[in-house]
Amino acid sequence: MPETAPKNPGRTPGPAGATPGPSAEGLDARLVVDRGSFRLDIALTAAPGDVVALLGPNGAGKTTALRALAGLAPLTAGHLLLDGAELHRTPPESRPVGVVFQDYLLFPHLTALDNVAFGPRCRGTGKAQARAQAAEWLDRMGLAEHAGAKPRRLSGGQAQRVALARALATHPRLLLLDEPLAALDARTRLEVRAQLRRHLAAFEAVAVLVTHDPLDAMVLADRLVVVEQGRIVQEGAPSDIARRPRTEYIAQLVGLNLYRGRADGHTVRLDAGPAVSTTEDLSGPAFVAFPPGAVTLHRDRPTGSSARNLWRCEVAGLEPHGDQVRVELTGELALAADLTTVAAAELDLHPGAPVWAAVKATQTHAYPA
Amino acid sequence: MTGRHATPSDPGTPAPPPGGGRSGTRTVRAPRTARPRTPGRGVPLPLLVPALLGLAFLLVPLLALLLRAPWRSLPEQLASPEVWQALRLSLVCATAATALSLVVGVPLAWLLARTDFPGRGLVRALVTLPLVLPPVVGGVALLLALGRNGVVGQWLDAWFGITLPFTTAGVVLAETFVAMPFLVISVEGTLRAADPRYEEAATTLGASRFTAFRRVTLPLVAPGIAAGAVLAWARALGEFGATITFAGNFPGRTQTMPLAVYLALQSDPAAAIALSLVLLAVSVAVLAGLRDRWMRTA
Repeated sequence: MPETAPKNPGRTPGPAGATPGPSAEGLDARLVVDRGSFRLDIALTAAPGDVVALLGPNGAGKTTALRALAGLAPLTAGHLLLDGAELHRTPPESRPVGVVFQDYLLFPHLTALDNVAFGPRCRGTGKAQARAQAAEWLDRMGLAEHAGAKPRRLSGGQAQRVALARALATHPRLLLLDEPLAALDARTRLEVRAQLRRHLAAFEAVAVLVTHDPLDAMVLADRLVVVEQGRIVQEGAPSDIARRPRTEYIAQLVGLNLYRGRADGHTVRLDAGPAVSTTEDLSGPAFVAFPPGAVTLHRDRPTGSSARNLWRCEVAGLEPHGDQVRVELTGELALAADLTTVAAAELDLHPGAPVWAAVKATQTHAYPA
Repeated sequence: MTGRHATPSDPGTPAPPPGGGRSGTRTVRAPRTARPRTPGRGVPLPLLVPALLGLAFLLVPLLALLLRAPWRSLPEQLASPEVWQALRLSLVCATAATALSLVVGVPLAWLLARTDFPGRGLVRALVTLPLVLPPVVGGVALLLALGRNGVVGQWLDAWFGITLPFTTAGVVLAETFVAMPFLVISVEGTLRAADPRYEEAATTLGASRFTAFRRVTLPLVAPGIAAGAVLAWARALGEFGATITFAGNFPGRTQTMPLAVYLALQSDPAAAIALSLVLLAVSVAVLAGLRDRWMRTA
């Protein structure tokens, strides 16, 4: 049996918070989906009330995982238990699962009310009762006056809430959201994100959302699962992941310079070459991270500086970053530095310019790899 | 006061008039008709001349029909009961053939568009075969299948006492055979263009595949189905070869308008022209009536 093949030795089982045991409440899944040469293989557990975000770059397999949970993509191997029931043996239309699709997929020929009533109707509720329930859901979402509107008359934020109401109206035990905010413009997004957070916090069963936006993930979810190339590379609380990223992708998402190396006391010898002084006392494989704002740049080698980490670099690129300038550097160490516009002008930075980059040991953060 | 100069962001656009939506589309459409002609960007002659020839080729025969119509004796010609009998039979049979095509053709189109089975490509090719098959051959084939001694017909006759050739039902079958592929191809194309993820959304809401088809897919592809039905109906209305071969030419029973036209042309050309005018009028009426609703998107 392929399922019993030896596991990838590097993979440790889920985090300490995972609830073991077959009849546990909530979600317990190992999803293996083969799609051509791509293989998704992830383990997911969540207790009722949890909001889990699958975060990862495009093509990482997040949406495939969501489709597997919904039953729209068949599992190659693995299992899917929800409240102890074997969901992987249940056809998709019988699963207690609600889905909010990326572009909502509201049925264009039905009113908002009939869209929400669709699920209860399919699950055997009478027409009048289903519509009454749907009206209640729309009311809860603050959309009572749009009940009779067709989807194309709704704004993006309204359509998103109708889609959420439609998914919740079947009382799912597992709510799936595929990039729930991706279709919205920046201003609507802020408002809808806050509303969605409230609704998800009130949701009593398991919610899994897929996103490539770290901010959405961190605001909406209690726990992040970072997926890259079909595998889980890191999982944990949002603050943990933001502080201690374990891959280049996450480090970039949360805006940190991240290096892997070998620690010996207060020094980490980086795989990339130079050593970094740190405040932490570690030994063995370790990560070192520091924010671009902690980097100072100098035209001449600074003397008598308290900064103990100093590298000779060359400017590779400059771009505006908020009200600052982000400088990409190559040389002894590749890193990103954030400067004020004034500082960048004074240093006369331009691609190819040689600079010294300095970081105080107290501004770095080292942790075991 | 600064900034009271007219800036590009303050062009003094009039406030949207009441009833915005409709007048809005009107203003959008306006520039299209007012688009200035770029000098030297006319239609090249090697394209213009054949295009006009083609247009003339399509229109001149219809014009000839109108020019040579016996307008004076027309009321008298059309008053004859044979004309109305043939017209009624034509309309009834074409409508019945369209209904039959819808009942079996839409599910067939769904099967071709939404499922994957071995030999699907071959089945699709076979479905479209009647499109290119000479209708007379279709009639002969129908006779061999459903005729009194046909492959299926002999059992229909022996077990149920049903005979199909040379009956009105036979006309409907002959027209369905020829017209249904138009519907299937049209509906299959619409189904393929429709987003199958709506069906997935319905599935996650608890809809079985059939419920998803009935409540989501069918309403979404309704315009395509209507367009296909119009095509099939028009094709059935004009059906000649398969009908005369399989159902014969019995006035009141199997003699549809095209058959009546052909027969009249041998003996009474004026009557044939009158009958043709009626068919032309019906066709134009159908096209005009449905154009706004269905054909624009098709």
